Amino acid sequence: MSAAIQPETFAFTPENSAAVEAIVRKYPPGRQRSAVIPLLDLAQRQNGGWLPRAAVRHVAEMLDMAEIRAWEVATFYTMFNLEPHGRACVEVCTTTPCWLRGSDAVVAALEDELGIRLGGTTADGAVGLREVECLGACVHAPMLQIGDDYYEDLSPEDARAIARDLLAGRAPKPGSRIGRPGAAPASGPKVLMEKKA
Amino acid sequence: MPKVTVDGVEIEVAPGTTILQACEQAGKEIPRFCYHERLSIAGNCRMCLVEVSPGPPKPAASCAMPVAEGQQIKTDSPMVKKARRGVMEMLLINHPLDCPICDQGGECDLQDQALFYGFDRSRFAENKRAVKDKDFGPLVKTEMTRCIHCTRCVRFATEVAGVEEIGATGRGEDMEITTTIGRILTSELSGNIIDLCPVGALTSKPFAFTARPWELRKTESIDVLDAVGSNIRVDARGSEVMRVLPRLNEDINEEWLSDKSRFAYDGLKRQRLDRVYVRDSGKLREASWDEAFTRIAERIKGLDGRRIAAIAGDLADCESMLALRDLMAALESPNVDCRQDGAKLDGRVRASYIFNTTIAGIEAADAALIVGANPRTEAAIINARVRKRWLQGGFPVGVIGTPADLTYRAQNLGAGPRTLTDLVEGRHDFAHVLEAAERPMIILGSGAVARPDGGAVLAAARAVAERFGAVKNDWNGFNLLQRASSRVGGLDLGLTPGIGGRDVAGIVAGAAAGDIGLVWLLGADEIPMDSLGSAFVVYQGHHGDVGAHRADVVLPGAAYTEKNATYVNTEGRVQRANAAHFPLGAAREDWAILRAFSTVIGKTLPYNTLAQVRARLIMANPVFAAVDGIVPAPWQDFGTAGAMTEAPFIDPIGNFYMTDPISRASVAMARCTEMIGAGRGATGTHG
Repeated sequence: MSAAIQPETFAFTPENSAAVEAIVRKYPPGRQRSAVIPLLDLAQRQNGGWLPRAAVRHVAEMLDMAEIRAWEVATFYTMFNLEPHGRACVEVCTTTPCWLRGSDAVVAALEDELGIRLGGTTADGAVGLREVECLGACVHAPMLQIGDDYYEDLSPEDARAIARDLLAGRAPKPGSRIGRPGAAPASGPKVLMEKKA
Repeated sequence: MPKVTVDGVEIEVAPGTTILQACEQAGKEIPRFCYHERLSIAGNCRMCLVEVSPGPPKPAASCAMPVAEGQQIKTDSPMVKKARRGVMEMLLINHPLDCPICDQGGECDLQDQALFYGFDRSRFAENKRAVKDKDFGPLVKTEMTRCIHCTRCVRFATEVAGVEEIGATGRGEDMEITTTIGRILTSELSGNIIDLCPVGALTSKPFAFTARPWELRKTESIDVLDAVGSNIRVDARGSEVMRVLPRLNEDINEEWLSDKSRFAYDGLKRQRLDRVYVRDSGKLREASWDEAFTRIAERIKGLDGRRIAAIAGDLADCESMLALRDLMAALESPNVDCRQDGAKLDGRVRASYIFNTTIAGIEAADAALIVGANPRTEAAIINARVRKRWLQGGFPVGVIGTPADLTYRAQNLGAGPRTLTDLVEGRHDFAHVLEAAERPMIILGSGAVARPDGGAVLAAARAVAERFGAVKNDWNGFNLLQRASSRVGGLDLGLTPGIGGRDVAGIVAGAAAGDIGLVWLLGADEIPMDSLGSAFVVYQGHHGDVGAHRADVVLPGAAYTEKNATYVNTEGRVQRANAAHFPLGAAREDWAILRAFSTVIGKTLPYNTLAQVRARLIMANPVFAAVDGIVPAPWQDFGTAGAMTEAPFIDPIGNFYMTDPISRASVAMARCTEMIGAGRGATGTHG
């Protein structure tokens, strides 16, 4: 964590400040520190996907809690990124179910297409590539996550297409690449057929 | 009262007792790392596993499980032994094998428990993790690779010390104990995390690599660097104090010690007076005891008693103060004073100058009013006790004086004495709080009574105490928070000016005007030396501070670790300190110096041995018979009527780390002053 990239100060934008107020209001008076996770998340979103130290300090001050307490939360959850990692961060799941369904090939395709290794960021800072543990979408394995969106049922070719879109600055279409709805089997729904709308 | 069976022995324990406590009551030792009886329960080290039935067929963490009626607890079954071995093996996976270069070696919980409960080999062949060291400041040395994540230090800082500055970041194998990024600890109790740390992750920085615990001679003694009278253990090697540790005393310091008391010992090795000096043509030169005594005797000869004066300093022990008083009486001098700060207290009513509630008694109070004191810097241990009471809830605290971070929430009521009057007359909201309290306590700072209007402030505080029922049959909520370890003893012995005598300010003024011909300073360094005019100054003490620089004769005395001496703490508790080693060089115990000098002038004091001095102490004041005990002081009228000024109360201690000749000579304290700052937490090592 080099000090050079850490901004000195952080402040919420006016829109986000309103959101902060709404979040804090959800909790009883004196219990406002319960809002620490949503506030850190909001700060991370505002700051382009990563959470600078100054933002953690700012949130701690807002919630009247010790800085170290907020820092403990920020370091505990892997979803908080404490350093910049590319404007779009590709997080590939390589836990057992995805691995059994070919996540190694997905990773290889992404590394090849992006020209970086896992944990790296492209030279222009546009795309970062990271390995993550299970994201809870095993039924659609192999899968990856970019921002808030899941990309599922991936073949190596799908992964390449996603990488090309990102490099070109296009937003790839989220969801299942074989078009299956919900958590249905790959060959289509088998039960609860009568409920079909 | 649930009955449980521990290893076949049935015992009855209080409801809510944990299994670990029940096992201890049954006399069984349960190994533990994270559990500590004065901290909240974490339950994360898993070392205290025992077998409990009925219950799930697996070992249970005894520290976090309350007892239930009819439980069968086994602490030495095969399951328990196997579980402990497993936990120990896991703990040692990432713990380095650096015991030979670790300062904790020999007093390490991990070492001891690995020996008694551990597995005899490791099956772990992979690399151990390494953790970057953290900067905890000038007192606590870190070696974070050794940390086993018990979180005792985190809980201590948060709960007892009241500074949320340590935390655990990351998780799983990446968990690290750290301070707030880029900051050091700013607590005045930080040294206690060294004692709490069950491994060598947090060790003493000043003590680092200087000695092994088994080669030190351990002496149980009393701390004198504040007026709390914390119980300490002095570890010495030869004639050198290597470190100071707290000793358990539930009534005073529990098992904590303030950083000054713990780390100022290196001041005992610097600037010491270990030879006799006399001043010849403006320069101090070494001399013999005889020569020095003769020089003083010559000076005293023909000097009227009214022209002789003596001042006892803040670290003086009771034996030497008694000898000084007796010597001055023999010289017919009424000019004796032990109140260097000019406190408007006299020895007449004991309840007026002691902490009547007692330190342990704070926990029974239900409201507090702090007047002109900053307990955090004046008596850190007492402040921790107030915080402990505050954490239990239902304990409003009001402060009159300089606003400061006391580690608990305190309402600022006003800046000066006028607020006291407002309270008595019910003009302040806090009056209702005190009114509603069953057992309110008032903590009056020693700085508040050292003002010119101190006597009136004392009377006003007494009025507040009486107005709000702080003094009744079974409760005395009036407290004077002393900060000099000699003060209560000095007042008990009547080291105050006799009839027509001068107090400290009068002595200084008299010396400046030439009315006082000789001043005997018994370790008194906190008076304006420049103003002593042409008076002949005898300095008796252990440090070459300002007093010795001004002196015409320097008599080397013993520091508190070098003499068997009696001190009375702010509660009025008489305690005995024991010598950890002999005084340095030519230095002698202070009462003996005064006794020896009395012979030279033909006014021999009536005692030859320490036992005889102590017998005379009891004759002088019966409270000295109750060693380690508390003699409740009867409530009487005290204080002087008069007008109080509008001047706000000020914090009498600018710098917590340097308040006396010993801590002023300490390198560790100098470093604290520089890094943590006189202003407490104002700075840090940012970056």
